[in-house]
Amino acid sequence: MMRTRLGRQALLTGWGRTAPSSADVVHAVHPDVVDQAMRIAASEPSAGRGMIARGLGRSYGDAAQNAGGIVVDATWLDAIHHVDFENGMITVGAGVSLETLMERFVPMGWFVPVTPGTRMVTVGGAIAADIHGKNHHRDGSFCSHVTRMTLVTPTGSFELSAQSDPDLFWATAGGMGLTGVITDATLQMIPVETSYMLVDTERATDLDDVMDKMVSGDDGYRYSVAWIDCQSTGSRLGRSVLTRGDHARLEDLPARLQQDPDKARAFHPRTLITVPITPPSGLLNPLTVGAFNELWFRKAPKHQTAKPHHMTGFFHPLDGVGSWNRLYGRKGFLQYQFVVADRYGETVRRVIERLTSLKLASFLAVLKRFGPGDPGPLSFPMAGWTLALDLPVGYHLLDSLLDELDQLVMGVGGRIYLAKDSRVSPENFAAMYPRLDEWRAVRHRVDPDGLLRSDLGRRLGLCSDVNTEPGHLRPGPGSGEPAPKKKRAPGKKRALSTPIPRQNGRLHD
Amino acid sequence: MIDAIGRPQSLLVLGGSSEIAQSIVAKMAPARCRTVILAGRNGPRLSAAADLARAAGAEVVETVAFDATDTANHVAFADGVFDRFGDIDVVLVAAGVLGDQSVDEHNPVAAAEVIATNFGGLASAMLAVTDRLRRQGHGRLVVLSSVAGQRARKANFIYGASKAGLDAFSQGLGDSLEGSGVRVMIVRPGFVVGRMTEGMNPAPFSTTPDAVADAVAHGIESGTTVVYVPSVLRWVFAVMRHLPGWLWRRMPG
Repeated sequence: MMRTRLGRQALLTGWGRTAPSSADVVHAVHPDVVDQAMRIAASEPSAGRGMIARGLGRSYGDAAQNAGGIVVDATWLDAIHHVDFENGMITVGAGVSLETLMERFVPMGWFVPVTPGTRMVTVGGAIAADIHGKNHHRDGSFCSHVTRMTLVTPTGSFELSAQSDPDLFWATAGGMGLTGVITDATLQMIPVETSYMLVDTERATDLDDVMDKMVSGDDGYRYSVAWIDCQSTGSRLGRSVLTRGDHARLEDLPARLQQDPDKARAFHPRTLITVPITPPSGLLNPLTVGAFNELWFRKAPKHQTAKPHHMTGFFHPLDGVGSWNRLYGRKGFLQYQFVVADRYGETVRRVIERLTSLKLASFLAVLKRFGPGDPGPLSFPMAGWTLALDLPVGYHLLDSLLDELDQLVMGVGGRIYLAKDSRVSPENFAAMYPRLDEWRAVRHRVDPDGLLRSDLGRRLGLCSDVNTEPGHLRPGPGSGEPAPKKKRAPGKKRALSTPIPRQNGRLHD
Repeated sequence: MIDAIGRPQSLLVLGGSSEIAQSIVAKMAPARCRTVILAGRNGPRLSAAADLARAAGAEVVETVAFDATDTANHVAFADGVFDRFGDIDVVLVAAGVLGDQSVDEHNPVAAAEVIATNFGGLASAMLAVTDRLRRQGHGRLVVLSSVAGQRARKANFIYGASKAGLDAFSQGLGDSLEGSGVRVMIVRPGFVVGRMTEGMNPAPFSTTPDAVADAVAHGIESGTTVVYVPSVLRWVFAVMRHLPGWLWRRMPG
């Protein structure tokens, strides 16, 4: 294990608590530390192990791990640099969490443009995974709302926007940190009057019912998501609770809140309870999960409209339970999330059928309809259906089951989400993301020696730099633009780095 | 990298022609394991094992000369493999000799050789690869021990003692690796029906190379530190270890 004088050794996993690896964790107390860490990563004896940034560790798999190398803890980049209250443009350090943004800015009338199912993600992580939320069908994914960012790469720091260098900007959106370390970003926030949502809730009797409801009605809502009971079979297969809503205006709220506008805009999330220990694996089994799903379904109103709910409960119900990932026990868990085009709704059914036939306990699966994707070659969302399933590790056929689901998804041109992945094969991944070579070419431009490395990158062959000859770069919309302005070049890194041994015609990780 | 479901992508086998190792390769290669490096004494058995690995779906299959007793070369051996092939997710320690107890009992040189191979030699090789695993920050060291080391029987105490040494060494090494990202898994099979035990009468709770391979794959997924094959032997030996000597000496075999 390589040790630098900057860091300390730590064993890291993702949110799923699988596949731990050890890295030298460097706290990025200042953006200069990122430069310094990159210089060390390029030098002996650490050559070949590289570095990666880590935020709040909410990627389920190995995206923010770098075995034997450097992991830059970017949560230290937590400064709020600039706020334009008039237009809702904010510039913040990449380590600022969405929770912090909500706490600070919701009371001032600005909400994050996109939030996933947890607030505990950093802005840098949100860009690196190009996260999506319940409003994807209306507002697209996170990076569509990023107007600029600073990206520190082995060949220098870049001031990036989708206009100045679209190739690098969009390769970074969803690039899982493998194109550089994001140190700050500017976001376009969205205006809100209150911290409440007006929510319509309805039960759907089966998968067709919920899909019909979403196709016909989603356009009327900014936010929409369905929780599917993955244990119902037969005529009730895919029965769900559909929750849709929009931000509440002050006049939509009950009188007591209208009279107290401060309260109507308050945002003080609390962790209600924290899972103190890791229980034995198997606590979440078909019985307990089945009982929970039944309760969840029955608890939901059959049909309820315009009910005010606070943002925290609507967007982030699980954030109320600290360390809930421990509930899956020592072996951990994983999430399988895929997307298929609108016309392949049948694939969603086949996946759910396959799960129910095996009596696999998946806690509340989440179904969502995406709008069009953005230009990122590794960005996950695309127009269609996305289904996310939490599954405990330990079931003996899980490996072959998920490989089989990959085939179903690939067969109709779908793909899986890297921020959730911890087990896809390199071959299947490459088939799911046909623009991978385009992405590699951009990465090669800013990181020719492959310093940016992660366990996910190693597993999927993303940091074995093949097919990255400059001629491989497809002419993109920005190919005629001048080269991006270099802010500063952090040292003679390329001279210091050593080439990675080549073997069988390709670089081996 | 080993994925969330315990599937490695690269495997180094010390004792590449071992029958159990071949079963493990045959199980891992079709899953994700594209790189298989078989270390052992060069010869037709090692090349045959390489052919089997290729047939099972491994893409990069290489054989590398390795002699457990040639301790002076172990560091160079480990560096050579890791420098050439990059990260190794699983190192399977499968080398070993059974010896012939009835002869070796009266041949101290032969007895010392069994112990030098199974214990001293492998301990040295494990330290050499561990150094590289530690540096890469992840990986599994899977050690084929034996229940014979749990309590030595009069009929094979030389082999049993060598496995007892290897087993204790592996347990201590595993403990010392806590937090390094590298984990040690000790596999304690009972009597394995196969080439090594050809012509011998199977003991109760005997097992097969395929069953050992299944247990290893499952153990890697679940992160277990000690695996018995079959698993019931864990409880059998919990009792066996504490049997009074007069009864233990009367055990068959």
